[in-house]
Amino acid sequence: MKVRLLDLAHARSGDKGDTANVGVIALRPEWYPLLARELTLERVAAHFRGVITGGVQRYELPNLKALNFLLHGALDGGGTLSLKTDAQGKVFSTAMLRMVLDIPDAEASSLGLPPAP
Amino acid sequence: MKSLVRVASGQGFWGDWLEAPRRQVEGGQVDYLMLDYLAEVTMSILQKQKERDPRMGYARDFIGAIESVLPGIVERGVKVIANAGGVNPRACADALLALADQKGVRGQLVLGVVTGDDLLPRLDELMAQGHALANMDTGEPLSLVRDRVLSANAYIGSDPIVEALGRGANVVVTGRSTDTALTMAPLRYEFGWGAGDWDKMAAGIIAGHIIECGAQCSGGNCLKDWQTIPDVWNIGYPIVDARPDGTFEICKHPGTGGRIDVSTVTEQLVYEMGDPHAYITPDVVADFTSIQLQQAGEDRVRVYGITGGPPTDKLKVSIAYRSGYKAVGTLVYAWPDALAKAKAADAVLRRRLEYLGLSFDTVVTEYVGANATHGPLAGDVDDLPEVQLRVGVRGQDKAMVERFTRELIPMVLNGPPSVTGFAAGRPKVEEIVAYWPALIDKTVVRTQVEVVR
Repeated sequence: MKVRLLDLAHARSGDKGDTANVGVIALRPEWYPLLARELTLERVAAHFRGVITGGVQRYELPNLKALNFLLHGALDGGGTLSLKTDAQGKVFSTAMLRMVLDIPDAEASSLGLPPAP
Repeated sequence: MKSLVRVASGQGFWGDWLEAPRRQVEGGQVDYLMLDYLAEVTMSILQKQKERDPRMGYARDFIGAIESVLPGIVERGVKVIANAGGVNPRACADALLALADQKGVRGQLVLGVVTGDDLLPRLDELMAQGHALANMDTGEPLSLVRDRVLSANAYIGSDPIVEALGRGANVVVTGRSTDTALTMAPLRYEFGWGAGDWDKMAAGIIAGHIIECGAQCSGGNCLKDWQTIPDVWNIGYPIVDARPDGTFEICKHPGTGGRIDVSTVTEQLVYEMGDPHAYITPDVVADFTSIQLQQAGEDRVRVYGITGGPPTDKLKVSIAYRSGYKAVGTLVYAWPDALAKAKAADAVLRRRLEYLGLSFDTVVTEYVGANATHGPLAGDVDDLPEVQLRVGVRGQDKAMVERFTRELIPMVLNGPPSVTGFAAGRPKVEEIVAYWPALIDKTVVRTQVEVVR
């Protein structure tokens, strides 16, 4: 079943030099293990391919039911240099939530995941 | 020792809501008001202001903030801690003393001024001693851009602020102290935390991190259920209710808008986060993976379980240097074929820049989708009612960037049709101040505390 990350998590992002950080937080605690499994480094790097010029780092915060991603080379050189509207990476959070996950039907229904419209 | 200390956050950056400091002091009893005015970009802006006028270089909004909370300071003993000093804490102190004279409260103001973070006057001496101040991102030595450096400030910790409080200050002004130190210092001062109390110190830093961005933890800029956050117009800024054992609660004054729950606090916790296992500050290294959150009442979140470890022997240095020029211009193209027209205009513009022999380090084009010209007539969003063409250039040659700014407006008459949104005129050429993060040995930076009665 196709599931939108938008329906599973909320997020906030900000800047650290030319790097955008995106914190992704499960909307329900029981969905966190699924996010931790699905939002792999490779998956997130592929999602942002063509948007960022550098690599991705990933950290788990099970205590907060959250994952933190560092997207390097995201901000056209960083806040003061950048010509981008989102020079400080404030809406990379919602760009992350555009991700669509493919979850086995049985698991999706046992976790009560809302299907993508 | 007090069993509870209340630290209220009244400003998350220079430019934040002017009403917030007064509302925090008048909305209920608090012990401390902390005001964070500095961001990476702010220091360089302040340095430019100081170059033009040696009495400037601090966050001037702070004077108005103090004026608005004077009754709280004088009558109810609320203490204020702010990094409003920017690159000129002494000038900030002078302005405060002038205000106190004018209001007839000079005798009740004890001002602590923390200096020593400014490394600009010592830069050549430090580099000669072998401090390369290498760029933390690129590894390049500062010597590469030394002749273009505008400001250089070490991020200092809570020690000198604790000292100022200990010497009786009721208003403490610092230069580039860390945002978190502004909250940490009163907790250390009241509860006696110090080196070795790493878990409690980490709690103080995390309390600081949660409230340092003002209402960003109490419902501001919050994505989760944003439509249901009540009375955002009247948003309550956060308060830390801290206890000697290092546990604390985040809350806000009754009768204010916004929301404080596990979600809003979690969003702020992950904001601008790097490696959560090691949140490095001059005071302590905090472990964000130890934080436990629990709803403890309406608009009240309990934070506990925090662990931390000793700090490193380095301080971060924030260096700003001149790095060419930039300009950004916009035009709005309207339906039909709004996006196609905006793209055609970008192509026209780029051919003209080429024809004129202008070259830039970067040219960035964006098409901002909006809904301003056709309002409810817009209909299907796939057929955009308008698109804003937004083109920015960056380069070392000011004349070329200047010439670019004159190429946008002519297209209103000689480019693709249905164009508007040019009333503000030509874009402005801005000098770029770039950011250079570096590390320096802690022992090199010597802070000073001056207490003025």
